[in-house]
Amino acid sequence: MSQPPRVQALLIAGAIGLAAVPVIGDRFWLQLIGKAMITCIFAISLDLLVGYTGLVSLAHAAFFGLSAYALAGLTNRLELVSPLCTLPLSLLAAALAALGVGWLSLRAAGVYFIMVTLAFTQMFYYLFSEAPWFGGSDGLYVSRKPLLSLFGKPLFDLSNRTTAYLFILAALVLVYLLLARLLRAPFGRVLAGIRGNEQRTRALGFATGRYKLVAFVIAGTIAGLAGYLDATLYGFVNPAEFGWRQSGLLLMTVLLGGRGTLYGPMLGAFLLTFLEHFGARATDHWNAIVGAVVIAVVLFLPRGVAGLVERGARG
Amino acid sequence: MTLSLVALQLLNGVEQGLLLFLVASGLTLVFGVLGVLNFAHGSFYMLGAYLAFWLAERTGSLLFAVLLGVPVMLLFGFLVERFAVSRLYQRDHLSQVLLTYGLVLLFNDLSRVLFGNDVHSVATPALLSGTLQLGELQSWPIYRLFTSVACLLIAAALRQVILHTRFGMRLRAGASNAEMLEVLGVDVRKLFAFVFSAGVALAALAGMLAAPLTTVYPGMGEGVLVISFVVVVIGGIGSVKGAFLGALLVGVADTFGKVLLPSVASAVVYGVMAAVLVWRPRGLFGTPAEAR
Repeated sequence: MSQPPRVQALLIAGAIGLAAVPVIGDRFWLQLIGKAMITCIFAISLDLLVGYTGLVSLAHAAFFGLSAYALAGLTNRLELVSPLCTLPLSLLAAALAALGVGWLSLRAAGVYFIMVTLAFTQMFYYLFSEAPWFGGSDGLYVSRKPLLSLFGKPLFDLSNRTTAYLFILAALVLVYLLLARLLRAPFGRVLAGIRGNEQRTRALGFATGRYKLVAFVIAGTIAGLAGYLDATLYGFVNPAEFGWRQSGLLLMTVLLGGRGTLYGPMLGAFLLTFLEHFGARATDHWNAIVGAVVIAVVLFLPRGVAGLVERGARG
Repeated sequence: MTLSLVALQLLNGVEQGLLLFLVASGLTLVFGVLGVLNFAHGSFYMLGAYLAFWLAERTGSLLFAVLLGVPVMLLFGFLVERFAVSRLYQRDHLSQVLLTYGLVLLFNDLSRVLFGNDVHSVATPALLSGTLQLGELQSWPIYRLFTSVACLLIAAALRQVILHTRFGMRLRAGASNAEMLEVLGVDVRKLFAFVFSAGVALAALAGMLAAPLTTVYPGMGEGVLVISFVVVVIGGIGSVKGAFLGALLVGVADTFGKVLLPSVASAVVYGVMAAVLVWRPRGLFGTPAEAR
């Protein structure tokens, strides 16, 4: 999809601003903004499903988590540290899981789909937190951060904060461009058709089930990328971050920003990451505040912050 | 596994399934009649359990706690319907998911404020605290027999009300076409409010009955919510009969999974769900979902 010119200018300015952060910001800002950018990747991948295809999936946190666990497992057990190995394998794990979960849950339509994706998310959550080989509810440390070396010389070291930050930024830009391109392509038009009226799209001769599955796998794989980056940034995986609450929070991020716009969910991701970082420290009842905000957004701001921006641009 | 152990596990599974039915029936009724997917349903189970704990500690009797607690939860459900859920009737699924998700976060904190963060246990009523001898080695707690019988009676009463009363007729009519029912002069708002409150009360009652069997802790509703979703997906959304069979199936599968495959026990019920989805995507008793 192509964005309105004002939004495009904003996005380019934003990307330049983010690239300048390592020059001026210290460790704290690199970590916080890095986290916000990971949430951006995570949120726009969900927007592909929720905003563009009309599929309300609660399985996204599972793919995020699976990929993070895959990195931890590959590094800790098999001592693979090169991102050239771990990144494709982690993404493959997320993609295969998305294929399986998607194939099963897309058999069910509408509200069934929501419930089934939620159930599968919890299945992965219980596997991570109960099965003995995943470190239980304590989670796992990633013993070594991904490192690419050539002839014994470190070429690309993700334990370096600036490198990790720039890697995340590059991933975000790439994912954004990929999704924007995909949505401009005929594939994206078919997804829009499915959201508008699936029967009619099918009547036009498109195998809508297959399109939905492909969109689900793409979104799940990108969610896996976000999970990989998260485990890289923090060096730690925790099952509590991969449950259905996380999926719900991500849906909230997409809705708060404005679904079906790509830039809206990124606004939502930054807004929520910052609010959470400072808010959770300020009060003991942070979750209740989040709950109240979710309810207020649903009732009074159904098109999110992006809806406000567009209304401002028009009026 | 000896035969008596199989029988014991079967009893446990059926009992667990019957309790699950109380929660899942409310969930499926609320969706069937109101068209709202309610994620906060597990929170009502949790609040019921906490209320049972709190009232039982003060009155000294679980029976009084249930008699006092169920009307409180009915009223609570009425208020939640009036102020939050009633705004969802014309909205899409995403709004429903998110608003009720917001309610989950609010209710979790509410229970933390009211009852604290501690894990509590509730004493089994003295009258029901013995065990039944099954064979030579196994015994079964009388309280579990009591909850099973209570749940069966409630299930029978629900069936009677839905199929053989004027109210049940309206309820079924509301599930198939609420607008038409309104045109015919039935106060649909009142019907919806009542169905939602009844669903809340059923979930809370399940929490109260389960309180002596499990511990009472923050977040206990979420596991139950997810399992209830599995039950409803298996049974077919909107179908109370489906919820009954689905709950029994899930209860028995879960119990045997824990005995036979302890390391992946929690995955067994999802396996059952996946199998049902492959076989019948709308669940055992589901109606075509396109209408929703």
